[in-house]
Amino acid sequence: MRAFEELNMNETEKNGVAVKCTGLRKIFGEGTAAVQALRGVDLDVRPGELMMLVGPSGCGKTTLISIIAGILDQSEGECVVFGHNFRAARQSEKTRYRGENIGFVFQAYNLIPTLTAAENVAVPLLVQGESRRKATERAREVLRQVNFDDRMMGAMPSQLSGGQQQRVAIARALVHQPKLVVCDEPTSALDHETGQTIMELLRKVALQDGRALIVVTHDARIFGFADRIAKMDDGHIERVVNSPAELNGTRK
Amino acid sequence: MNFIALKMLIGDRAKYLGILMGLTFASLLLTQQAGIFVGLMSRTFGFLTDTSLPSIWVMDEKVQFVDDVKPLRDTDLDRVRSVEGIEWAVPLYKGLLQARLDNGNFQSCNLIGLDDATLIGGPPIMVQGTLADLRRSDGVIVDEVGASGKLAKVLPGGRRVPLQVGDTMELNDHRAVVVGICRTTRTFQSQPMVYTTYSRATIFAPRQRKLLSFVLAKSKAGENSQVVCDRIRAKTGLAAYTHKQFVQLTLNYFMKNTGIPINFGMSVVLGFIIGTAIAGQTFYNFTLDNLRYFGTLKAMGAGNGKLLGMIVLQALTVGAIGYGLGVGAACLFGAASNHSELAFLLPWQVLALTAGAVLLICVGSALASIWKVMRLEPAIVFRS
Repeated sequence: MRAFEELNMNETEKNGVAVKCTGLRKIFGEGTAAVQALRGVDLDVRPGELMMLVGPSGCGKTTLISIIAGILDQSEGECVVFGHNFRAARQSEKTRYRGENIGFVFQAYNLIPTLTAAENVAVPLLVQGESRRKATERAREVLRQVNFDDRMMGAMPSQLSGGQQQRVAIARALVHQPKLVVCDEPTSALDHETGQTIMELLRKVALQDGRALIVVTHDARIFGFADRIAKMDDGHIERVVNSPAELNGTRK
Repeated sequence: MNFIALKMLIGDRAKYLGILMGLTFASLLLTQQAGIFVGLMSRTFGFLTDTSLPSIWVMDEKVQFVDDVKPLRDTDLDRVRSVEGIEWAVPLYKGLLQARLDNGNFQSCNLIGLDDATLIGGPPIMVQGTLADLRRSDGVIVDEVGASGKLAKVLPGGRRVPLQVGDTMELNDHRAVVVGICRTTRTFQSQPMVYTTYSRATIFAPRQRKLLSFVLAKSKAGENSQVVCDRIRAKTGLAAYTHKQFVQLTLNYFMKNTGIPINFGMSVVLGFIIGTAIAGQTFYNFTLDNLRYFGTLKAMGAGNGKLLGMIVLQALTVGAIGYGLGVGAACLFGAASNHSELAFLLPWQVLALTAGAVLLICVGSALASIWKVMRLEPAIVFRS
């Protein structure tokens, strides 16, 4: 395992690149039924950067973050995350790396309905083998950082509003101090105001300690929170811009 | 992770109770049916259970079970006594006899004739009177179920009054006086048990050239009963079994020649299938409903081993609780039917068998779920 980590440490991390995708292709199915979801994606994400992936439905955004997060294998190309190339790694190595270094925020929150808010946040630490007491303590700390009311920490997800559930999901994504956080449509289930608050929170809390943040979204109202925006279409990156205004303007 | 697994399981009350119900039902049905089966089969050698003092039973070589009496000559008793290693040997009469009741009806009875001198082979528990009272003139001891049931006196209003000490009855046209009431282990035969002395039994019994049913013997201290049995066989040509062997012979006969094992086996198998279907289906549905969360855990770094552990823990938890509830309910059933006609016995083997079956159901249910979770792509978490 150690050999795998050392072997995969390459120039990307030393050069200040959090994620480097080169010629990334993903084909689902075989033969005539084959569908090319990614057609050679090149993308860099820097540490401390909030990168947004935008584009129409079916353009490959979710496939791309799935590969970056190590939960889906690419068909071709390289994807190096903080110096680790998943392509050469065994499944168990990928699983461990994900557990330690990647945080997830999902569109539907994916909070386990039978666990309280604090217990849900503690899950990544419990997965890593942390004791329940320590994990819950740490979970409460992080929940406070995302402005979650102390009284609500024992509440079940069904008792929380959409915004509160997304705060819990964000706390869960950060509790184990990952290097990379991937968010899939984090505001799509929220009203505009709550969406803005959640994005402010994500920017403030998630982008600490050189952490990289990749957000997949359709929601144009939150484009302003991005450091850079990668516009995808038909399985490739059309262009990468620095501001929402540039999206419809000159190509960067 | 165990904590998460258990909260996932118990948190979904409806499914949790559904799985529990399936396993409890299966466990109850398996335990209860197996308990009744064992109880019923133990009745086939109920007479042997009550007659535990002799270590050796000698009989005609064609005898297949305890109620299959093929009489011996009286001289066979002396031949057995002459075998080396025999401490003592006594005669026993066992046969069916007609008793005439007060109202003129006839009732078949199981007549047991005990050695006049020692009264070996008598009933284990006396409810009224003593075994020695058999030495009184025309004395018989009747079992309490028979006394209060088939042999009970019927009064003019139709009310039944149990036979009591001092009452008389006719056995094959011979006067018999009830000198005691005993309690015996239920047997497969439904006839009342009537005990008397061997010599009196041969008077009560219909005329036959040979009347000796069994020779009950005891091997000398330090002698191996099996070796003595072999000696009896060799010297007399009669069949000789240890007490345990005769029990097994009787049991084997009923297992082989009656449909009881198949009938009860069907019930047990049905319980197993229904339990598997209900518990398996509900458990599998529970896993399917939680697939998104298993996927989330997988994405967050929980490997297949951890998820497998979670599912196994969930399956074993519901299995253990369902087993406990089912066996508990079966025990309550057993306690409730303790003084009834129902045969119910719960030896540890039945409990172990049920535990094994419930474990099998759990493993079967868990396997389908495990297969699903093992093949689960963590990328499922991004599908809305």
